[in-house]
Amino acid sequence: MENILKEFERDQKELIHILHRVQEEFGYVSPPAISAIAKHLKISENEIYSVLTFYKAFSLEPRGKHIVTVCMGTACHVRGAPRLVDDASREMGVDVGQTTPDKHFTLETVNCLGCCAIGPVVVVDGKYHSYVKRMDSIIKEYSEGR
Amino acid sequence: MERINHPEELAVWKNEILAERIPSKKKIVISSGTCGQASGSLQIIDAVNQELAKKGLKDHVEVKVTGCHGFCQLEPNLIVYPEEIFYKTLQPQDVPQIVEKSILGNEIVSSLVFEDLKTAQKAIKQNDIPFYKKQERLLTENNLKINPTEIEDYIALDGYQALANALFNMTSEAVIAEIETAGLRGRGGGGFPSGRKWEICRKVESNIKYIICNADEGDPGAYMDRSLLEGNPHSVIEGMIIGAYAIGAQEGYIYVRMEYPLAVQHVNLALEQARKFGFLGESILGSEFAFEIHLIEGAGAFVSGEETSLIASIEGRRAFPSQRPPFPAQEGLWGKPTNVNNVETWANVPLILRKGADWYAKIGTRRSKGTKIFSLVGKINNTGLVEVPMGITLREIVYDIGGGIQDNKKFKAIQTGGPSGGCIPAEKLDLPVDYDTLAKAGSIMGSGGMIIMDEDTCMVDVARYFLHFTQEESCGKCVPCRIGTKQLVEILNRITEGNGEEEDLEKMEDLSKTIKTGSLCGLGQTAPNPVLTTLQYFRKEYESHIKSKTCIALVCKGLIAYTIDPDKCVGCLLCLKSCPVDAISGERKEVHVIDQDLCIKCGACLDVCPPKINAVSKVTGRKMARILKNASGKRV
Ligand SMILES: Cc1cc2nc3c(=O)[nH]c(=O)nc-3n(C[C@H](O)[C@H](O)[C@H](O)COP(=O)(O)O)c2cc1C
Ligand code: FES
Repeated sequence: MENILKEFERDQKELIHILHRVQEEFGYVSPPAISAIAKHLKISENEIYSVLTFYKAFSLEPRGKHIVTVCMGTACHVRGAPRLVDDASREMGVDVGQTTPDKHFTLETVNCLGCCAIGPVVVVDGKYHSYVKRMDSIIKEYSEGR
Repeated sequence: MERINHPEELAVWKNEILAERIPSKKKIVISSGTCGQASGSLQIIDAVNQELAKKGLKDHVEVKVTGCHGFCQLEPNLIVYPEEIFYKTLQPQDVPQIVEKSILGNEIVSSLVFEDLKTAQKAIKQNDIPFYKKQERLLTENNLKINPTEIEDYIALDGYQALANALFNMTSEAVIAEIETAGLRGRGGGGFPSGRKWEICRKVESNIKYIICNADEGDPGAYMDRSLLEGNPHSVIEGMIIGAYAIGAQEGYIYVRMEYPLAVQHVNLALEQARKFGFLGESILGSEFAFEIHLIEGAGAFVSGEETSLIASIEGRRAFPSQRPPFPAQEGLWGKPTNVNNVETWANVPLILRKGADWYAKIGTRRSKGTKIFSLVGKINNTGLVEVPMGITLREIVYDIGGGIQDNKKFKAIQTGGPSGGCIPAEKLDLPVDYDTLAKAGSIMGSGGMIIMDEDTCMVDVARYFLHFTQEESCGKCVPCRIGTKQLVEILNRITEGNGEEEDLEKMEDLSKTIKTGSLCGLGQTAPNPVLTTLQYFRKEYESHIKSKTCIALVCKGLIAYTIDPDKCVGCLLCLKSCPVDAISGERKEVHVIDQDLCIKCGACLDVCPPKINAVSKVTGRKMARILKNASGKRV
């Protein structure tokens, strides 16, 4: 954590950058990380919590091994994304935004990835799946080791 | 090449780059923006490189990897030059054939070129494809010619010459006058005249000023900003430097949506190159002007695209909007005068200076000048990014460029302007596309998303979708937006679930008015538009949801049921096996039956029932009532 903070100036304008870095490194922003950031930037932990919870990019809890993101942008919506979310949610047994108890999957949605032409789009761990018709095969593909 | 210290050195550099190019040499251009990569362009690039190496052609053929060419649906694709043969939707195993026939020989692999769905006509060159014919690709054409990771490609296309001209031959007033004469209006949604905006900011006295490039592109379904930043980042950067010179700013920010990792990567690289060659930093091109640009990654909040929220976000705070006035031009980033423009607006700036305001002002309509890039998506045959002159009709976009509706379905509506916009019905397809006409029709041009909806799209569901979106994205600071959108969503949920009441429609209209007039920022002020336009143009659909419990598009789960036709079912077990909740019963070769109490209406049975059999169907209204009644009758 200290090494990360060293990269940044002690100015509030760095807060979102720091949160991005921490999220990327650890997969979530933990309470000790928040205290450390507060000290570094000389702002209150409250302020950090309020920023952290405002933006969808950050999470307060560890996420799953595989992040499944279903695009819910308009273009994907009219091409059947709602059903993909329902199916994924049912198959995984969690709601959107949640992580399975075995920490294998986190189910998320996003409001457009900018590749609407090949929608509906589902991204798993950064890999794009286009023209998705069914979720079960995608989930199966990433279920190894479960 | 070293740092460029004078416009003449820039000209020399350009000539050096051109001198190294051999026009007759074979060239393969591979499109590899985000859609391309998502469709497998990286594998095509590998296959091309391998095949060329295998055939010993590496030194004889130039391979150029570019950003998006617009016709995203045909990704991955490549073009062979000088013949300009356009090969579409490729698999890696197609590559050896292409090399054999079109690189080693001068033939065409005709199975891999574009063929029109309706006329079965083949098109060899990209520009012969109907999708491209009516376009005027002033901003996007260069995406074909530029490897976005190499500044030399931009320089070869007269890159940074508009900047050199501005810095050495024009006063800041003259630059602004040129932008005003051109009639450029903001492409981020509002359509405010850009020259006027710059002038306001220029006039404010302050020794520190900022400019911002808004690349938050929050409108779901719109992605032209991504394509510009990924495919031609220097055009946006050059526009910003020119703007900074005109306004008198020393620092600029590009705020990019975090969902666009490739754009972030290409912009960062382009900024480094611009610094290295002296287009950014101290003494730009040897002049006295100094300017620096920083990239900021967003963090996933729609409201942060609103300019005052965006400023709060750059300052490291929650993206709350603030009351205007004071406008950012007076008190913006860290309280200093700040000019915010959209990506596409900035990209127009070098073009205008290079070609002249008078040339530019001839394109478009009286009050909307130039071209606009739209993303044509949804239920349309040809999906992708289209750049058209303002004033073109919606019909031309949907039918001539877009090739009409998928699967021969009926057109229902076109949604423009994202969550702030509205749905335009078939009767209005002959409207010309410009800022003022679309506003008159109850929608807005917005940032350029055009989502095509067909008879299978339920307009009440679409309104619910958008209101749900804005309600989730409302920052919660002001009451009309926070509470009002929530109430609208509740009513819309009720209607789509089959529990709507006749008073609901009026209630929604009243609520909408309150939200529009009482909200603090553009998000709330425009949030009811999707409801209001669907109520205006598709009121019948609302009424049938409420009165006859019918969703004619067969979308709203509360108003549909799945059923198996006993006369058609052959008892193949397919649907039974696919049902995730075991709601289907029956034996092999016996008619299957859906238990309506267990059914979750996921549609899996309809998907798997073979088209030849076609026994499963969706029903609504009276038919659905009958099925439910029969089902409960059997139970008793
Ligand atoms: C809720 C909301 C979201 C917005 N999102 C964007 C956006 O994603 N991109 C953008 O360029 N402008 C967006 N705008 C418009 C900006 O506030 C601002 O007007 C624009 O960036 C100015 O640039 P322009 O004059 O070049 O259009 C949004 C406005 C509102 C109210
Ligand atoms: S709406 Fe899904 S990628 Fe744009």
